[in-house]
Amino acid sequence: MDVLLEIQGLSKNFGGLKALSNVDITLKPKEILGVIGPNGAGKTTLFNCINGLYRPDSGVIRFEGRPIQALGPDRIARLGIARTFQNIELFANMRTMENIMLGRHVHMRTGIFRGAAMWGRRSFAGREERAHRLTVETIIDLLGLQAVRDKLVGGLPYGTQKLVELARALALEPRLLLLDEPCAGMTAEEKQDMIFWIKDLQDELGVTILLIEHDMRMVMDISDRILAINFGRPIALGAPEAVRRHPDVLEAYLGKQERREPAA
Amino acid sequence: MIPAYYHTIMTFTCINILLSLSIGVLAGYAGQVSLGHAAFMAIGAYASAMLTVTFKVSFWLAMPAAALVSAMVGLLLGVIALRLKEDFLAITTMGLNFIVIGVLLYAPYFGKALGIGDIPVPMLFGEEMGRGMYTALCLALVAGVVAAVWWLQRSWIGLAWRGIREAQDVAQVMGVNIAKFKIFAFVISTAIAGIAGSLYAHFLLFITPYDFGFPLSIQILTLAVLGGLGAIRGPVLGAILLTILPEYLRFIQDYRMLTYGLLLVLVMMYQPQGLFGHKSFLTEGLKRLFGGEEKIRGRAA
Repeated sequence: MDVLLEIQGLSKNFGGLKALSNVDITLKPKEILGVIGPNGAGKTTLFNCINGLYRPDSGVIRFEGRPIQALGPDRIARLGIARTFQNIELFANMRTMENIMLGRHVHMRTGIFRGAAMWGRRSFAGREERAHRLTVETIIDLLGLQAVRDKLVGGLPYGTQKLVELARALALEPRLLLLDEPCAGMTAEEKQDMIFWIKDLQDELGVTILLIEHDMRMVMDISDRILAINFGRPIALGAPEAVRRHPDVLEAYLGKQERREPAA
Repeated sequence: MIPAYYHTIMTFTCINILLSLSIGVLAGYAGQVSLGHAAFMAIGAYASAMLTVTFKVSFWLAMPAAALVSAMVGLLLGVIALRLKEDFLAITTMGLNFIVIGVLLYAPYFGKALGIGDIPVPMLFGEEMGRGMYTALCLALVAGVVAAVWWLQRSWIGLAWRGIREAQDVAQVMGVNIAKFKIFAFVISTAIAGIAGSLYAHFLLFITPYDFGFPLSIQILTLAVLGGLGAIRGPVLGAILLTILPEYLRFIQDYRMLTYGLLLVLVMMYQPQGLFGHKSFLTEGLKRLFGGEEKIRGRAA
C-alpha cells in the first residue's frame, strides 16, 4: 500500500502529563485526515512532533518511508511538510508577498553566495527567481490575495491573515500540509471559502492534508477519515459518520452526564 | 580647497556610517542586538595598526585582514549567540566589549594603556595619502558597503534574516536554517565594523583601548536606532545626523551623552521605528515634499 506518512507508537510527555501516548496514524497520498478532540487532547502536540518543533519521547514518524522524528523543523520543511498555526504566526512587519516568498525558502539555492541572487526587482531577477515569483503570483491569484499583495500582514483582517498563512504554507509546495484550525475565529462566509480552498488543494494539487478543526460540520464535510483523540490517546479512527457515533467520542465531547457544547 | 576640519568630519561621518550599517545588518535585519560593537571596531583597528606597525604590512592588505580578523571573532560570537536570545545576547556582547578592552589594556603585546602610535598613513602610488584622498577612500568604502548591504537585503538571505527577526521558530518551520543565517549576519556585521576600525586607526594614527569602550558601543547602537533600524536609509542618515549635528552644537559638547540619551528616549517614545524608519514623520514629510509617494507606489506595482 502506498503510504505518505506513517506514525507508530508516538508518545510525548511534559513532566507528568502524557500529552500523547501511543498514537498510530497511516496517511495515504491525497487523503484528508481530520483530527478532532477536546481542548488539551494533544492535537497541536501531534503537529509539533510531526514538523519537528517537539522531539517525541518514543515512537517513529516516517515520511515517505524515511524516519524524521529526530530531524529539526528546517530539515523537515525541506522534505516537503508545511503547516499553519492555531494562532496566526505570520511575519507581521513584512508584506503579504514577502511572507509568501519566504515560504519558497526551501526551493532557493540558499548557499550563502548563490543565495544572494536578487528577488526584489523583476529586471534583476534571474531565470530561477522569475520562476519563483511566478509560483508566488499563482498562489496569490488562487487565494484571491491580489488586493493585499503589497500590504503589511500585521494590519490585515483576521480571515485574510489566515489565508496568507495558508498561502505561505502552499508556497513550500508541500506534499503534506498540516492545518491547525484553519477556520478558527472565522465568519460563516470565510469558513465556506476556506472549505472550498482546502478541497481545491486536494483535488487540483494533490496535497495530502492533516487537519485539526473544532467545527464539527466542517471537519465531517471535508475529511476522508477522522481521528479522534482524548487525553493524548486515540479513541476512534475511521469514516466521519462512524467516528461521530462512536461512544467514546460522544463521551469525550458530551461527558457522561452533563451536556457540553461540542464546538467549545 | 576644503579645510581639514571638514575632511575630519567627513571621515568620521563615513566611519560612523559603516558602524551604523554594521549594527543595521545585525540588529535591523537579523534581529540580534549587540551592546558591544565597539569591540569589533577595536579588533579591526588593532589588527590593522599592528600589521602595519609591527609587521610592516601595507595598509591595502592590512585593512581587508582587519575585516577578516574581526569577522573571525564575530563568527565565534555568532556560534555563542545561537544559545542566547535577546537580553542575554545583549549582555553577553556587552561583556565581550569589556573583555576585548581588558585584553588590550593588560597584555603588553598590545601596548597596554598607551596603545599603538606611529601608525603609518596609507600609501597611494608611492606617496602618503592626503586628507582629501583619505576622505575619498572612506566615501568609496561606504558606497561599496552600502551596495553590498543593499544587495544582501534584496536577496533571499535578507528575507531569511527578516524572518528570523520577526519570528525565529516560524522561519525555521518554513525551512530556514537559523544557525547558518544568524552566524552569517554576525560575520558580515563584524567584518564591516572591522573595516571601520581600520579606517579609524589610519586616520588618527594613534589608538588606545580607551577609544573603544562601552560608551562607544552605545553610541553606535544609537546611530542606527535613532535613524531607524532595518533599512539602509535609517542607519546611514542616523549616522550622518548624529555626527554632524554635534559639530553645529559645539556649545553643548559637555552634554553630548545627555543629549544622546534624551534623543534616544524621545525617539523611542514618539518614533519607535526611528527618525527615518517606515512611516516616520520625517520620511512621510520628505515623501510629501518630493512627491515621492506616487513614484514609490509605481515602482512597487
